[in-house]
Amino acid sequence: MDIVEELLKGNRLALSRAITAIENEYDEAMDIMKKLYPHTGHAFVLGITGPPGAGKSTLTDKLARAYRAQGKTVGIIAIDPTSPFTGGAILGDRIRMNGLTMDEGVFIRSMGTRGSLGGLSHKTADAVKAMDAFGKDIIFVETVGVGQSEVDIVKAADTTMVVLIPGMGDDIQAIKAGILEIGDVFTINKADHDGADKLVREMNMMLDLDGLMTDWRPPIQKVIASQNEGITETIENIEKHFKYISENGILTKRRTERSKNEMLDVLHSNIGSYITNKLVETGKMDEYVEQIKARETDPYTVVSNVMKDMLK
Amino acid sequence: MSNEKIQAGLDKYNASVEKATAKFPERPNLPEQRLYTPLDIKDTDYADEIGFPGMYPYTRGVQPTMYRGRFWTMRMYAGFSTAAESNKRYRYLIESGATGLSCAFDLPTQIGYDSDDPISEGEVGKVGVAIDSLADMEVLFDQIDLGKVSTSMTINAPASVLLSMYIAVAEKQGVPADQLKGTIQNDILKEYAARGTYIFPPRPSMRLITNIFEYCSKNVPKWNTISISGYHIREAGSTASQEIAFTIADGIAYCEAAIKAGLHIDDFAGRLSFFWNAHNNVLEEVAKFRASRRVWAKVMKERFHAEKPKSMMLRVHTQTAGSMLTAQQPNNNIIRVALQTAAAVMGGTQSLHTNSRDEALALPTEESVMIALRTQQIVAYESGLADVIDPLAGSYYVEALTNKIEKEAWEYIKKIDEIGGAVAAIEKGYIQKEIQDSAYKWQMDVESGAKTIVGVNKFQIEEEPPKGLLKVDASVGVAQCKRLADMKAKRDNDAVKAALADLKKACQDENENLMPHILNAVRTYATLGEICGVMREVFGEYEAHVNL
Amino acid sequence: MAKVRVLVAKPGLDGHDRGAKVVARALRDAGFEVIYTGLRQTPEQIAEAALQEDVNVVAMSILSGAHPHLFPKVVNLLREKGMDDVLIIGGGVIPETDIPALKEAGIAEVFTPGTPTGDIVDFIKANVK
Repeated sequence: MDIVEELLKGNRLALSRAITAIENEYDEAMDIMKKLYPHTGHAFVLGITGPPGAGKSTLTDKLARAYRAQGKTVGIIAIDPTSPFTGGAILGDRIRMNGLTMDEGVFIRSMGTRGSLGGLSHKTADAVKAMDAFGKDIIFVETVGVGQSEVDIVKAADTTMVVLIPGMGDDIQAIKAGILEIGDVFTINKADHDGADKLVREMNMMLDLDGLMTDWRPPIQKVIASQNEGITETIENIEKHFKYISENGILTKRRTERSKNEMLDVLHSNIGSYITNKLVETGKMDEYVEQIKARETDPYTVVSNVMKDMLK
Repeated sequence: MSNEKIQAGLDKYNASVEKATAKFPERPNLPEQRLYTPLDIKDTDYADEIGFPGMYPYTRGVQPTMYRGRFWTMRMYAGFSTAAESNKRYRYLIESGATGLSCAFDLPTQIGYDSDDPISEGEVGKVGVAIDSLADMEVLFDQIDLGKVSTSMTINAPASVLLSMYIAVAEKQGVPADQLKGTIQNDILKEYAARGTYIFPPRPSMRLITNIFEYCSKNVPKWNTISISGYHIREAGSTASQEIAFTIADGIAYCEAAIKAGLHIDDFAGRLSFFWNAHNNVLEEVAKFRASRRVWAKVMKERFHAEKPKSMMLRVHTQTAGSMLTAQQPNNNIIRVALQTAAAVMGGTQSLHTNSRDEALALPTEESVMIALRTQQIVAYESGLADVIDPLAGSYYVEALTNKIEKEAWEYIKKIDEIGGAVAAIEKGYIQKEIQDSAYKWQMDVESGAKTIVGVNKFQIEEEPPKGLLKVDASVGVAQCKRLADMKAKRDNDAVKAALADLKKACQDENENLMPHILNAVRTYATLGEICGVMREVFGEYEAHVNL
Repeated sequence: MAKVRVLVAKPGLDGHDRGAKVVARALRDAGFEVIYTGLRQTPEQIAEAALQEDVNVVAMSILSGAHPHLFPKVVNLLREKGMDDVLIIGGGVIPETDIPALKEAGIAEVFTPGTPTGDIVDFIKANVK
């Protein structure tokens, strides 16, 4: 099967295989991405993040249904953590979207973080592009937590939605600090639980105090995803934000920034692996490591020398 | 002997043990103490905590004479294929001395689908009997006097519909509803937590349950309106303490829902019954039964301020643990079931189903069912275990273990209270996660050899594949669909339509009791799928919470 | 870096997922990526999820006796979708006498009650493509 040709024709298996190639860093992935790239740039990308148990998948499910009702096609990339001890993962988001499986206009792909630090955001961005080239109108990228890698992942998004729930106790304090800067739209899910209004007040207060405030004030919407309440309003918020960034040149700026990051990512990863492979092949790697261990030299000197040698 | 003297003796003994264990290390996975003495129960107040049979807190049993008057009800769970086939098996069981019936329904019936629904394909008549309408129910109880037999029905999400069908069959036999005896399982919370045959979300499900409580307290007063089940929680892998803790937490949720709906605790609590698992560890199981009665009595008295003694009694049906049956050397299962039976009897159960040896392989054959029933009869008549009440009371170990299980159960109940009750704990996936963790630990213990299962991870032999297993023919589904089509052609379809429209309206009004409307629809031969379809339309469907 | 991806599914209507969940966790602990789809999945849903997730293995569990009908149906749907190299395994209360027909239909192996999870892991490692 010619993956690119079939993918562009709308073959779902080809899309699936393309994402596998990206995820597994197969040699052909670079080639696939080269050919798909001209066909990208049409999809709207929505990042969804928030702490575990916030109901992100259920919310994604409902939002996807609402977009489908508007006639738009949807791609969903759901990312779950890989166990650092075993390398395995339970990718459990799909179970809350089972109702979408038989809808031909929806494509859901679960991904594990696989312990890679920078690599994941890069792979996610490529998977988004594959879905974009396939012709999806809206692509959701759903990640758990709000750590650095999640922040990197949502950088691939046009609009980022942060989902919180009431009653999370002290955890929320730590989380809140990190989310203000990434959230374009806030959603308080499970709003029928105690403490929803209190959380809204706290969020508003934090936004008031936020010195980085631009003229976009992130809206805070209460929803009960399981009962489909607040979904329409959430979509309106997302659309408002998209309109705002489109009209103010922010979207162009973000996408330019993203193009730059994409190039730098590819550059770093390719040069990095090129040099690493050379060092391993020539046996220099072990040699240097031994020398550094014995304090005969240091990592900085080694790298300076390697760069002088290889990148002239 | 004073406690000091016992302590001195114990110290001496412990010193001697140290030498012995240095030479002969003990086996893994044993109770924390090797020996129990009066010191372990020195704080247990006999009058308050143990007491007497038929008296609060019912640790020693709910009836004053227990099996000295009458043995437990030997109730065999059965049902497969078509109503006619199951009817034959029921009559065979009654002739063999079974004193109560227990109906197993197939999965489409349990989830409220008709046999001709595409989703039912491959499942019709497989794990129980297929019931599509009153017509099937009439055949199921043909020549069985519903005024005499007591019938237990393992039905949950559509319990209201099956109970209505039972009432309607009785009407046709000329037996008034207030004479009917039996039980519906009707325990939706454990379906979400462990068993998986749910239909509607928790709120409308709880409404259906309280509607049944209310309707039966007025119209079917001898009916046990719910069997709050730990059985499946244990089957899903929980520990003994978790089994009773999660189930009692469910019980608390039902009581709260009924009280919120305006019922008085003493009007329905006496009709609540429980369903325990009889697992392999005999002494732990006996302690579990005893602890559960004590916890429930305290819950009812202290939390709900029940006044009637009957409200405080935890009456229990028991089934031997299906998940402990092995596919390997299946005849060994007869011995397991016998020991589990002994545990249930020494634990003081009110009724018992014993599993058949071949159930890890397929549905049981008639011969296997007979052995399982005979097991109960041998324990009853020959073993002497049923001759005195609560025979293990006073055992230092069993009393200490009863206390320990009770303590662990209270800790869980407290935790669930903090989460906001059983419904919230299930919606959060807390209970499911606890059960899964225990199940995983069990499996890993078996695989590491820390736990031995005879014939599975030790004492294995090469075996011939077993012969003579019961198979439900695929043609059963085809035949059942034809029966359904014939019935639909004959019934008054206008009456069905009107009854379903009336039911829909009733569903939309939260203050309406649905039972009379469902009964009305059942009488017109509206099908189970049609009735549940109307409720699905109004109530929606539950989406599972999985947290692996 | 390639990882073995496994779809763990419960076709049919039975709600006994203790085995499926234990297996899912054991597979994760063996380093696999496990996509668990939960109860009451139709063969069509299972096949489509397998395609979208591009799994290497589809593992199904049935305790109700509906396996002769449902297992082969999933195999056929996967083949129709061009998922020719996916390893399909089954488990549950399955009589020995049914196993030859299931294997004939394309189920690579059937694991009955009492199987150590390690055997399933080993089988997948040895046979996954």
